[in-house]
Amino acid sequence: MAQITLVEAVTQALAFEMQRDPKVVVFGEDVGLNGGVFRATDGLQARFGRERVLDTPLAENMIGGMAIGMAAQGLRPVAEFQFMGFIYPALDQILSHAGRYRNRTRGRLSCPIVYRAPYGGGIHAPEHHSESTEALFAHIPGLRLVVPSSPARAYGLLLAAIRDPDPVMFLEPKRIYRAVRQEVVDSGEALPLDRAFVLREGRDITLVAWGASLKEALQVAEQLSREGIEVEVIDLATLKPLDIHTIIDSLEKTHRCVLIHEAARFCGVGAEVASQINEYAFDLLLAPVQRVTGFDTVMPYFQLEDAYLPGVPRIMTAVREVLEYANGGVA
Amino acid sequence: MHKPRMQLLASFDIASLQYLDERGQTTQALPDFATPDTLEALYRQMTLARMVDDRAVKMQRTGQLGTYPSSLGQEAIGVGVAAAMAKEDVYCPNYRETGALLERGVRIEEIYTIWGGDERGQNFCHVREDLPLSVPIATQMLHGAGVAFALKYKHEQLSQPMRAAVTSGGDGATSKGDFYEAINLAGDWKLPLVVVINNNQWAISLSRSGQTACRTLAQKAIAAGIPSLQVDGNDVIAVYQAVTEALQQAHAGGGPSLIEAVSYRLCDHTTADDASRYQPAEELKEAWAREPLRRLRAYLETLGAWGEAREEAMQRELKEILEESVRVYRQAPRDTATAIFDHLYETLPEAFVEQYQQLQGDS
Repeated sequence: MAQITLVEAVTQALAFEMQRDPKVVVFGEDVGLNGGVFRATDGLQARFGRERVLDTPLAENMIGGMAIGMAAQGLRPVAEFQFMGFIYPALDQILSHAGRYRNRTRGRLSCPIVYRAPYGGGIHAPEHHSESTEALFAHIPGLRLVVPSSPARAYGLLLAAIRDPDPVMFLEPKRIYRAVRQEVVDSGEALPLDRAFVLREGRDITLVAWGASLKEALQVAEQLSREGIEVEVIDLATLKPLDIHTIIDSLEKTHRCVLIHEAARFCGVGAEVASQINEYAFDLLLAPVQRVTGFDTVMPYFQLEDAYLPGVPRIMTAVREVLEYANGGVA
Repeated sequence: MHKPRMQLLASFDIASLQYLDERGQTTQALPDFATPDTLEALYRQMTLARMVDDRAVKMQRTGQLGTYPSSLGQEAIGVGVAAAMAKEDVYCPNYRETGALLERGVRIEEIYTIWGGDERGQNFCHVREDLPLSVPIATQMLHGAGVAFALKYKHEQLSQPMRAAVTSGGDGATSKGDFYEAINLAGDWKLPLVVVINNNQWAISLSRSGQTACRTLAQKAIAAGIPSLQVDGNDVIAVYQAVTEALQQAHAGGGPSLIEAVSYRLCDHTTADDASRYQPAEELKEAWAREPLRRLRAYLETLGAWGEAREEAMQRELKEILEESVRVYRQAPRDTATAIFDHLYETLPEAFVEQYQQLQGDS
């Protein structure tokens, strides 16, 4: 069986679902003839035709809005935004309509749309090409927010997103588009859209991350295991709805938690996770939950992006602090 | 100074269409559809739209309805557009569309339910595919383009009959990117879309001249490479005829077109507005002389088919329909609070069940 990358798994899932369901239509800027600037739609136009894989005029708000009318008519639009930093013109359509159509019409019409976009930093791209603004979308009612972090999860989660009857923001961590190869069975089997994944089991501390940051989380876990510290690593994967249970189950063992994300700290998704841990699992904690995140600054031009991104040293420092934290009064 | 020689690459004309002038006299031979029966039916629907609007404003003033956008003076546009559509076509409206909604089959009490602050009104019980009223300006035009794509796709790929989408917006909407993006896409992809601009001269307080340097709004279609026309929006015959031709073209695979229907907003922007702050009184008075109902009635009277007795009978009949709708609207029980979760997703994710139960317990 072929070993494929995350971006190839995206293509494979799109192809499987287009073959299975004639209502699936793929469109966006440069997705047809060119196969997408990251080649996520490579070969699809040749295979499924220009009627189903369409190069749109250059207008992101249009891409966001046309998908709504297509979905209201029962198609399964999969719209690509070329980079997360270019979604913002379409925020009005996504926020004002895609997430509301089902509720507004009391179920008469709905928006089974997948909005795909490569996201995140670390590839030395120009300004606007390295954004991690997932929290903007996490705040929008009626949407699902999904971030895969491996080829197999990209395949299974994207199939689930296309089949889901409601709008899904599907953010692909482009830094790890080609980081690893993995065997992915092209079985058409979808993964659930409301479950986190335990990537590595451990008893001493829980790291929660999503997307490309899991690469560093797993590196930290590997390094610490050489010291006899066993780190549990959770891929949150479905940021909304959020699977707090998997995190709480982990805290039953570890009692300590560090959250990692590239996005800015203030009101990041990590803040929501920390808050829910506080609400549901305060008594389990032996140390305050810590966050290792991007700073509350503009994502810098790439010369300084390594300083911005939460790398292994910052994660390691936070993990050690949480491990060494001792609450003075309590034994 | 030396003036370089240049070649003319393209030039354009904008045509204007009218059949019935403001006194109700024909300006040219009427199209075949304009039989007395058809015109009486259109007159009846325009009168009903005016009554529904009038009652809505009164209900808002007495606390029985929320903010309401009347379409007073623009009844010929909504009614004419919707009457020209096939039932199977899909309408993608803006929010100021009483006449069109009624003609499409949306119930009066559904319109009141929407503006009475209840989403259930948007669940049109007789019009299942039309899009809901859309409040953010021009956004619905992109939905219209998407619907048109889907209709064309289902015709070509899934062997369904060809249908068309019709979307509408005001003069202000033509300043927004959504409008340009929708007509540009529709032209590029030859989508079966008809875009109707209700040019009622006002976007809240900004007059038509403050919106653009363009002499007509119809000419904006030229930039998208699609045909366009300006019609007298107070002449329901012109509106109906223009939309009929545009839909024939769309159904035949000929692609989109744009119709600018020129009218005047004889009312406030909404019940929350006071147009006397910015609408010149003299202009308003002149606009009343051009309003759409009187000219159509005058024409029907010249045919000898219409008179005071029939007018009174029609008014009585429509008033009964209206009163019954008001009664149904008023008697509807308030929705349960948990309804705000019921259609958030098709199936409520487990992560939100706790909030649902909390609301259930509170209410």
